[in-house]
Amino acid sequence: MSEPISRRDWMTRLAAGAALVTAAEAQHAHESVAREKHQAGSYQPKALTPHEYATLEKLSDLIIPADEHSPGALEAGAASFIDFLCSLNTDLRDIFTGGLLWLDTAAEGGEAGKTFLESGPADQTALLDKIAFRKNAAVWPELDPGIQFFAFCRRLVADAYYTTPTGYKEVGYMGNSGMAHFSVPKEALDYALKRSNLV
Amino acid sequence: MLQIIRSPQVFDVVVIGSGAGGGTAVKVLTDRGFNVALLEAGPMLHPEKDFKEHVAPYDVDHRGAGAHAELYMGRGRPFGYFQAPNGYWEIPGEPYTVAEGSQWQWFRSRILGGRTNHYGRISLRFADYDFQPEDGLSDPWPVTYAEMSPWYDKAEGFMGVTGTKEGLRTAPDGNFLPPIPPRVHETLIQRACGKLNIPCVPSRMAMLTKPLNGRAACHYCGQCGRGCRTASAFTSSQAMIFPAMETGKVTVINGAMARQLIAKDGKVSAVSYIEKSTRTEKQIRCRAVVVAASCCESARLLLNSKIANSSGQVGRNLTDSTGYAMTGYIPALSGLPRHNADGIGGMHLYIPWWLYGDKGKDFPRGYHIELGGGFDMPQLGTFAGQCARHEGYGKALKQKIREEYGAFVHFSGRGEMIPNRNSWCEIDPEKVDAYGIPVLRFHFKWSDHEIRQVKHMEDTFASIIETMGGQVVGAKPDPTRAISTGGTIIHEAGTAKMGKDPATSVLNSYCQSHDVKNLFVTDAAPFVSQPDKNVTLSIVAFSWRASEYLAEEMRKGNV
Repeated sequence: MSEPISRRDWMTRLAAGAALVTAAEAQHAHESVAREKHQAGSYQPKALTPHEYATLEKLSDLIIPADEHSPGALEAGAASFIDFLCSLNTDLRDIFTGGLLWLDTAAEGGEAGKTFLESGPADQTALLDKIAFRKNAAVWPELDPGIQFFAFCRRLVADAYYTTPTGYKEVGYMGNSGMAHFSVPKEALDYALKRSNLV
Repeated sequence: MLQIIRSPQVFDVVVIGSGAGGGTAVKVLTDRGFNVALLEAGPMLHPEKDFKEHVAPYDVDHRGAGAHAELYMGRGRPFGYFQAPNGYWEIPGEPYTVAEGSQWQWFRSRILGGRTNHYGRISLRFADYDFQPEDGLSDPWPVTYAEMSPWYDKAEGFMGVTGTKEGLRTAPDGNFLPPIPPRVHETLIQRACGKLNIPCVPSRMAMLTKPLNGRAACHYCGQCGRGCRTASAFTSSQAMIFPAMETGKVTVINGAMARQLIAKDGKVSAVSYIEKSTRTEKQIRCRAVVVAASCCESARLLLNSKIANSSGQVGRNLTDSTGYAMTGYIPALSGLPRHNADGIGGMHLYIPWWLYGDKGKDFPRGYHIELGGGFDMPQLGTFAGQCARHEGYGKALKQKIREEYGAFVHFSGRGEMIPNRNSWCEIDPEKVDAYGIPVLRFHFKWSDHEIRQVKHMEDTFASIIETMGGQVVGAKPDPTRAISTGGTIIHEAGTAKMGKDPATSVLNSYCQSHDVKNLFVTDAAPFVSQPDKNVTLSIVAFSWRASEYLAEEMRKGNV
C-alpha cells in the first residue's frame, strides 16, 4: 500500500495525468478536508439571542433526533449552522426570530407564562403534532403562521444535518472520492433485482 | 469627440466567443498557423481556483447557500453554488426584453469556455433525417449526414465521447471511447424499457474513459458539472483554448463585448468592441471574422452591424429543445446496499428516440430521455422534497429519509421543436445595455406539436416508472403548463440559418455568410432545425468544418 497523500498532492497528480490514485489514497485525501465546522456546545450565536438559540436547538433535536443509527441534528450542530445563515441574511433571520417567538406565544396559550422550552416534552410534541402538517391549517387557521414556519425550519434542519459528515454517515453516502474504475457491487445489483419484478 | 482605439496589428482572424464554436475555431486556425484574436465578454478561467471539484458542503462555511444565504431567498446561483462558473439568467447591466404574450429566458455565459465549462456533455449525432426531414415541416439543411459524418468523427476523436455501436437510425453510431457500466437504478430502468420495447443504451458523453490527447482519464467523482481540473470532461477552455495559448498564436482579450462588425468593400475589416473595465470602444482589425458568441448574441451582433442580412432571416427561426421531467419512487431500491455510485457526471445510460416513422403518434419528430438517480452527494435542498411530502418530524421522518435515499429515478425529456413564425428575436428599438449596445427583444411560443410531444413524454415516463414497480412522485405535471419555458433548456438555435439559397438563408453550408465572404458564424445559430439531440457536438463538428474551409479559402486568397 502506498503512502497516504494530501488532497493537494492528489489534485496535482491527477492534473499531471499521473497514474491513477487508489481508492484508499483518494479516501484519505477526502477525509483530510472533512471536518465539521460547527460543533455543538462551543458555538456562540451570531444572530439569535441565547433564548432563541436554545429554542432552535430543541426544535432541531425534535425534528431529527438521535436514534440507534446515528446522532441527531442537535449533536451535528444544526442550530449553529442555521444561526450562522441568519447572520448572513436579515430576511432569513426575521423568519426565525418571528417563528421562534410565535412558538413561545403558542406555548403560552397552553399554560400562561411558559415559553416553548419551559412547556415540557408532552406539550412541546402536542404543539408540533399540530403544526407539522399542512392539512391542519384548515382545522386551526390560527396555526397557519406556525405551520409555515415549521415547514421552513424542518427543511433547514434537514439541510443542516444532512450536509455534515454525521448526516453523510446516516444516509450512507460514500462518494466524492476519485476511483480508478467505476463498477457496481454485485450484491447491490442483486438486492435491487431480487426486490423488483424485472429479473 | 469619441476616441476609438484601433489595433495596429491586423489579425488573420478575430473569433468572437470562446465556447464550443469559438474554441473549435481557435484550435483549428491556430493549428494551421493563423494569428487569431479571441474576444470573450467575460473573464479568464482559472480551473484551479474556479472549479469547486471535490468540495463537500461542510468544507464551505455557508455550505452552498451563498455568502448572503441567498439560496433560501430564491436567489441562489444557477445550478447551485458548486457548479462551474458558467453564466447567468440575469446579468447586471446587460438586459434583454421579452415581447408581450411571449415567455423566454436567456442564459448567457461570461467566462472563457462559456457554457462548455459546465454543460452536460451529452454528445449525440444528428441523424440523416434530421438533416433531410421527410415530413416537410422544416427546411432541409444544405448538408447531408454522409457529408457531416467525417466531421463528427473528428469532433468525437478530439473531445472523447463514450458510447457503443447500436445500429439505430435515430442515434447514429460514432467514434466512441469505452462506455461506463450502468448504475443499479439504470439497470432497472433498462430492464423496464426492455419490457416496453424502448431502447436504453450506454450514454454518449464527452468524458474520458481512457486518456486522450494529453488529458487524463476520468477519476469518476461524478462532479463534471463543477468543472474538471484534469479536463477529463470536455471543455473548449481547457481542451482547445489553453493549448492554443501555448502556441503563442492566439491573443485572448477578456472583458470584451463585441459591438459591431465594421464592413468595408463588402468585407469585415475590423471588429468594434467595448472594453468593459473602462467602457471604452476599441477596434481590432482582421482579414476574417468567426462569430460564435452563442446563437442569440451572434444574431444581435449581426443585426446591430446591419450586415449579412439580405435574406431578412437573422434572428428568425429561433428554437430551444422541449423539456419535461418526472420523478419516480422505486421501492425495489429502498435500502439498497450503500456503495460509491458517482461514476461520470450524469447518466450512464440513456434512451434515444425510438418511434421514427411510427404512424400511431399524434406529433411530428421526437425526443430522447435523460436519466437521473443514485446516491448523489447530499446538498442543501437534497431532502427538501421528502420533508415536504412526508411532513411530521422525529425518528419517523429520519427513517423515511434514510430508506428513500437513492430510491428515486428521474426522467427528463429533451425534444425537437419545429421552427415557427412566433419564435424569433430582434433589436429592441427602445433599449441599450450598460455599454450602449442595443439589446434583443424575444418572441417565443410553443406550438401544439411540442405540447403533444410533451404529453407523450408524460405517458412514457409514467409507464416506465410503473413497470419498475414504482410510483410517480407528486401529481403528474400538466404538459401544457409543465413544458419548459422557452430558453431554459439552453439549446437555442437557428437565428442565422444556413441554406443553399441566399434569398432564404443567412449562411452557406460552410457557415459562411452569403453576403460577406469573410464572415462565418459557428455556434448553433446556423442550425436549420433543432433535432432531439443536444447541440454541442454538432457545433464542434460544424465549426471544425467551417474553420478548415476558412483556412483553405484564406490560403487560396479567396478570403
